Formats: sequence, C-alpha cells, structure tokens
Amino acid sequence: MRAEGASISDSLRPERARSAWFLLLKDLRILRRSPLQAVLLIAYPVLIALLIGFAISRDSSEPRVAFLNEIPEGSRIAGGNGRLPAVGVNERICSRVECVDVADRAEAEAKVRDGEVLAALILPADLIDRLNSLSTLSPETPEVEVIVNEEDPLKARVVDDRITALLAEANLFIARQIAEEGGRYLDLVIEGGDFDVLGQPVEILGLRAVASILRQLRPAVPEGRRAELDRVIRFATLARDNLDVAAPLIDRLAQPIAVDKQAVSAPTPPLDVFAIAVAATLTLTFVTLLLVAGSLALEREENTFARLTGGLVSRTALLAEKIGLGVAAGLVVTLLMLAGVQLFAALEWGRAWLWPVAALFGGGALAAAGAALGATARDVRAVSLLAFMLALPVALLSLVPSGAVGAGLYDAIRVLTALFPFKPALEAMTAALDPAGPGIGGPLLHLTILIAAYTTLARLALRRFGSV
Amino acid sequence: MEARGLVKRFGEREALKGVDFSAEPGELVAVIGPNGAGKTTLLSILAGTLKPDGGTVDSPNGDVGWVPQQAALYRRLTVEENLLLFARLEERDDPRGAVEEMLELTGLGERRGELVARLSGGNQQRVNIAIGLLAQPAVLLLDEPSVGLDPRQRARLWGFIAGLAERGASIVFSTHDIQEAERYGQRMLVLADGESLFDGSAGELREAVGKETPEAAGSDFETAFISYLRHRGH
Repeated sequence: MRAEGASISDSLRPERARSAWFLLLKDLRILRRSPLQAVLLIAYPVLIALLIGFAISRDSSEPRVAFLNEIPEGSRIAGGNGRLPAVGVNERICSRVECVDVADRAEAEAKVRDGEVLAALILPADLIDRLNSLSTLSPETPEVEVIVNEEDPLKARVVDDRITALLAEANLFIARQIAEEGGRYLDLVIEGGDFDVLGQPVEILGLRAVASILRQLRPAVPEGRRAELDRVIRFATLARDNLDVAAPLIDRLAQPIAVDKQAVSAPTPPLDVFAIAVAATLTLTFVTLLLVAGSLALEREENTFARLTGGLVSRTALLAEKIGLGVAAGLVVTLLMLAGVQLFAALEWGRAWLWPVAALFGGGALAAAGAALGATARDVRAVSLLAFMLALPVALLSLVPSGAVGAGLYDAIRVLTALFPFKPALEAMTAALDPAGPGIGGPLLHLTILIAAYTTLARLALRRFGSV
Repeated sequence: MEARGLVKRFGEREALKGVDFSAEPGELVAVIGPNGAGKTTLLSILAGTLKPDGGTVDSPNGDVGWVPQQAALYRRLTVEENLLLFARLEERDDPRGAVEEMLELTGLGERRGELVARLSGGNQQRVNIAIGLLAQPAVLLLDEPSVGLDPRQRARLWGFIAGLAERGASIVFSTHDIQEAERYGQRMLVLADGESLFDGSAGELREAVGKETPEAAGSDFETAFISYLRHRGH
C-alpha cells in the first residue's frame, strides 16, 4: 500500500478511476463467489417483488367466486301480465367475477374453506318465484345465499364489499327491467296499442286517441251535455301530458343518483402497470440498497478500507465505485425482471427506452442512500438489517394513498417518503411503464436531488470511516 | 521520514503525548513497548490512515508502505487474486511478475488458488505482509509483522525485509518481542502510555537499562527491560 503521509489527497485522478474499475471487478467477483449473498440480494427481492406484483395485479382481475345456480332452466321474472326478458343470470354474474362452477352446496363450502375462492354465491331454486311474488298480495323476500370465510378482518371486508357491490348491481338491473316494463305500460296507456291477455291480443285505445275521438264527437253531442264532455277531454289530455312526464321519472327511480366522477389528479395508471412498477421498484430498492451498503461495510469488516484509502484509492473514487456497482446490479436485475413480467403482462415496448432511464436514476439515488447507510455501520450484517428495516416500512408507507389516513399523518408520510428514494423511483418507473401516465421529468429531478444529497452525506460519513 | 510532537487523543485518553520520530533511508527501526503503549497509533499516523490531533509528519517522496496488524484482505478472493488486485492498485509495471515474487517470498505458491478465508491465521498474515511489500515503498511500516508466523516463515520474512533495507528503504516495525527488536532493529523507540521513553540503538538501551535498574543487571534483557519500564513509572 502506498500512503501519502498524514495528509491524503482525496481528489479524483485518472489512475484512481482505473483503480475504481479494478475494485468494481473485485466486488463482482466476490458477489459471484457468495451464492447465499447473491440469492439474498437478487433472487429473494425478485421473488418477493413478483409475489407482491402478482398479488396486487390479481386484485385488478375478477375475484374467484364459487357459483351454484339452482334456478330451474327457463325461469323468467313476471312483469304484469307478461314476462321480463330473460335475465341471463349466469352470464351477467360471471362477467363481473371469475365463476368457479360447483356441483352442490357442499363443494361450494369446501372451496371457500380451502381458500380456493373468495366466496360462494348460491342462487336458490325459488329465487325467481320469490321475485315474481313481489307483484302479488303475498310477497316473499327473494334471497341469495353467500358463503364466506372471514378468517381475517381484511378478507372479510373485501368479501363484504364485493358481494354488496354484486347484489347492488343485480338489484339495479332488476329495477331497471321493471322500470322499463312500467314505462312500456305507461306508453300503452298514453299512446294505445295491442296488449296480450291470456294469449289473446287486446287493443288498448290510449289517452291520446280517446281525447281525439271525443273531440271529433263533440259537435254531435247536445249543447247542454258538452260541458261534461269537455271535462272528460281535458282529463284525458292532462293525464296524457302528465304521464308523459312520469315515464322518465319511473326510469330514474331505478337509479336516482348518478355519479359524475372527476379526477383532480393526473390520470392514474392501470392497476396492473402500477403493480409491475411497484414490483420493479422494490427489486431495484433491495438489490441496490443492500448491495451498496453491504459492500461498503465489507471494506470495513475486512479491514481493507484503511488500506485502500491510505493512498491507493480516494474515498470519493471508492464511493463512486460502490454506487456504480449498485446501479449496474440494480439496472440488470430490474430489466431482467421487467422482461420476465412481460411474459405475464403486456408492456408498452415503445417506452422500453425509458425503463433503463428510470432504473438508472432510481438506482443511483438508492445506491447513494445505501452508501450513506454503509458508511455508518461497522459490519455487513448490521448494515443489511438496517437497510432492510428502513427500506421495507418506507416502501409500504409510499403506497399509502391520500385519504386513507388523517391529513396530518398523510403530510408526515409524504415528507418522509419524499426524503427516501423509493417513492420518486416508483413514480419514475410508473411513468416509464405507463404511456398515459404523468411525465417522468418531475421524478427524475427529485431523484437527481436525492443522488446529490445522499452522495454528499455518504462522503461526509466516510471521513470518519478510515481509522484502522 | 520525520515526525515531530505527535499527539493523538481518543476521547479522554491521550494515546500519544508529543512523540518525535525519525527514520533514515536503509534504517531498521523497532518500536517497542507494552500493550496500549501507542505503537499501532504511531504507525497508523505515520502511514496516514489516522490523523494526529497535533504534530507533523514529513515522509520523503510521499511513499509509505503499510502492513497493519490485522489482516486487511478480501477473504472471498484467492491468495493470487488478492495479490494481483493490490499489485494493480499499486500500479506495478508487471503486476503478475510482482505476484509471483510475493508468492515466492511468502511460500504460498502452492496455495495461490485457495480462498484467503480458508487459510490459517499465520498464512493470512503472510499474504497481508506480501501486500504491504508490493508497493516497494521508500518507507515500510509493519505493525507486529511476525505475529502468527512460525520460525522458518519469520526468518524468511526478516531476510526479505533486510534486503529491502539494504536497497535503501526505511523499515519501521512494532513488536512486543524484545529479542526480535534487538536482533533486527538497528534503532529502538521505546513507548509506554503514549510517551517516548527511549530512542537509540539496542546497545544504548542496554546501557540505559543497566544504569537505571542496576538491581536487574544480572538478569536477561527482557526482565531488565520490564524493570526499566517499572522504574520509569509504567
């Protein structure tokens, strides 16, 4: 080792950049030699990220529901003297959830208990009869049976929300059908037409025709009786006009409140794209942060830091080498992961050039943060634990949406997550993956500031990191 | 190499109390003293890996080789890979030739492909020393270099170090072993509790010990040296 007396220059010289290259090769060789470390650093985060990614993306797909339809074939909901159009229960329900056909109630229960499905929905054989009884003098409440496994509160909430939404949709559909049918009857009363009674068509005159006929008959009616006739004509006209207004009202009864949704934020990415971005950023975070922090701490653990910085390599060059190592490893693993995810979800290849940009900036900031951590700890295990304990909660907090917690707490979370590179790295990755999403410029600027801040912090921490 | 009035504090404790030091080209200087005397602190400051709180260090040509007491090696690299890495970092013209030379010196040629983690402590120390020697420095600082070496390895090490001194390098080594210091050191610096007690040849030290502790005149040099330290309040 060549030490330069008591005052060691830390300036970057070309030969020291070459030295940093030798150190990078050395670190890669050490990494290759440590299968457990490689597994922990690369395979484990990729596995976790993929699991999380698919778990989140799974939410965007239809929930699996065991479905048992015991309604007899050909059953129809009656409407007045006619029948409402075929409901197509199976098709309608199974277009909203992933239906798993079951033979009987026991099988449905077993699938719910085993966690194979979120819930089981059983349409009993008498459902249509009960629905039809609503228009009789002895109405019965139509019921569907739902079997759930509320093994944990979160799952119970999800199941409740899903089933409630499904039933609300079914009720709305039926109400619309009834409203439509009611509207048709009103139309028949107003305009007239044919109506089927016991298989025989009966002509309904209609209020409009009644008023018209009465007006035509008026001259033939004796003078003294015309006032009474005029009252009937006025009634028919008024009834026609007011029932015209009633028709849209009946239609609105089915869904009195409509939703006009207006987003105040930028368009959000599709859930599957967001899930992939979360998975990719988690991978980048764990690989880069743990690798850089561990690699820098290893120099201390093996007593080589003092030997290296005693004149062979400047602290700045060593720092640059470690950050470069983290960025390179993070970039490779993240791109490999995205390529792997491409097998399951279609990504926009036209934006593929932005993936490495997001990974480079995100990786740079995470590597700088890793270096700052690595410079504070004395051994690899301690710093790995520290990095893990820091990264995991920050990553989780970064996924908390506004409105999910109180305003004050959310502001605190926003400040905290802005100080750590995960959230801006996630935003950059989301922007790189989603063509309709917000721009990538803001997150990249944020990451650039964090790179500068953490590199400075790491460099300052390395000042006290040299004694033997 | 010359140092004047070196002071180093670790919190409340003063590890070095205004120590002066010098080494001429080709000179072998032994730094001796009991545990906690400040030997490693002095050598670390001379090597530039530790900053003094006071005093100055002037090293000619800025070239100082440093062999720390604790092996500073990459345990997951082989012996050869460690040597080659540091030969490259030292910017040796022929790094592979330098590696061969050091493998020959340390007698680890047959174990060149073995991971350092699998070597015994003694063999790790041999690689540690070899890395320090790779620099071919004007001043070579060795912190207890012979710890963990067997007599044959020790003899080979001192032979190589003597060769470096003959070629004009200043060699400074710390040791607990008074006999080793007497045998290989041309000059001795005695440290105790951060103070410099003596600076001179082995003969002059014997003379000083005899003068200050006549009661130990008949005993061996190590016993007399311990009596000397006690007499000086350490």
